[in-house]
Amino acid sequence: MELFNMIEGIRVDMTWFLILSALLLMIGVYGFLTRRNTLAILISIELILNAADINFAAFNRMLFPDGQEGYIFTLFSVAISAAETAIAIAVMINIYRNLKNNFVSNLDKLKW
Amino acid sequence: MAQTIVFLILAAIILGCAFMAVTTRRIMRAATYLIFVLFGTAGLYFLMGYTFLGSVQVMVYAGGVVVLYIFALMLTGRHDNKENASLSLGRKFAALISSLCGAGLLMFVIITHQFAENSLTAPSEQTTTVKLLGQQLVSSDKFGYLLPFEAVSILLLACIIGGLIIARKR
Repeated sequence: MELFNMIEGIRVDMTWFLILSALLLMIGVYGFLTRRNTLAILISIELILNAADINFAAFNRMLFPDGQEGYIFTLFSVAISAAETAIAIAVMINIYRNLKNNFVSNLDKLKW
Repeated sequence: MAQTIVFLILAAIILGCAFMAVTTRRIMRAATYLIFVLFGTAGLYFLMGYTFLGSVQVMVYAGGVVVLYIFALMLTGRHDNKENASLSLGRKFAALISSLCGAGLLMFVIITHQFAENSLTAPSEQTTTVKLLGQQLVSSDKFGYLLPFEAVSILLLACIIGGLIIARKR
């Protein structure tokens, strides 16, 4: 009963969403820095984008519940990230066709 | 109360699966964990009452993007899909330190800032209906989003053509 009353008093507010998305962003950054395969790097970028989307929706819902700006921005963000993923995967398939693997350490042709 | 419990469950799913997605050695498993992160995010949108956004997230990400990832993983060979361990321990440590420092900095800014004391209540469909959203997307009035809508449609067309040209066999 004590525990029940204790949980009863805790309310989810803006800070919770922001902490969640900050942690998700930093997990994505860690993956971006440590991964070697281009597709795995793209998965990390997807995590970072997702953290940004959570922020937009949470700011709209918690601080400006009468507006729709964050909602619509998140919709556009989802569409743009789908387009970005499609192009990036096309580029990676092309890289694989030319180099026979997908690791970033092999992508040094443009280095001088 | 119920919001708190659902939020905590979703946050645990999102953070746990995100952590597994960046640390697992097999990339196919990383893509699978990514699906769970995206589903957890869709659950957060449903919790906030943004049901259309949640369904878009499930359809576009889980139905489109992750399927694309899995096709690309299948196409780029089985034996190469393991991460090689050539990344030195120092580099890994540096990445860990920098992301932890970034997380600490963000936490400091978030916790010390005073936000309005609005807590998450039961979702109400009155504020954002799909009808209102559709009217806003194609109106050119004050709160209309016709121009970005058309820009995204041009972007998607350019993306289709670009993807075809980049990935075709020469």
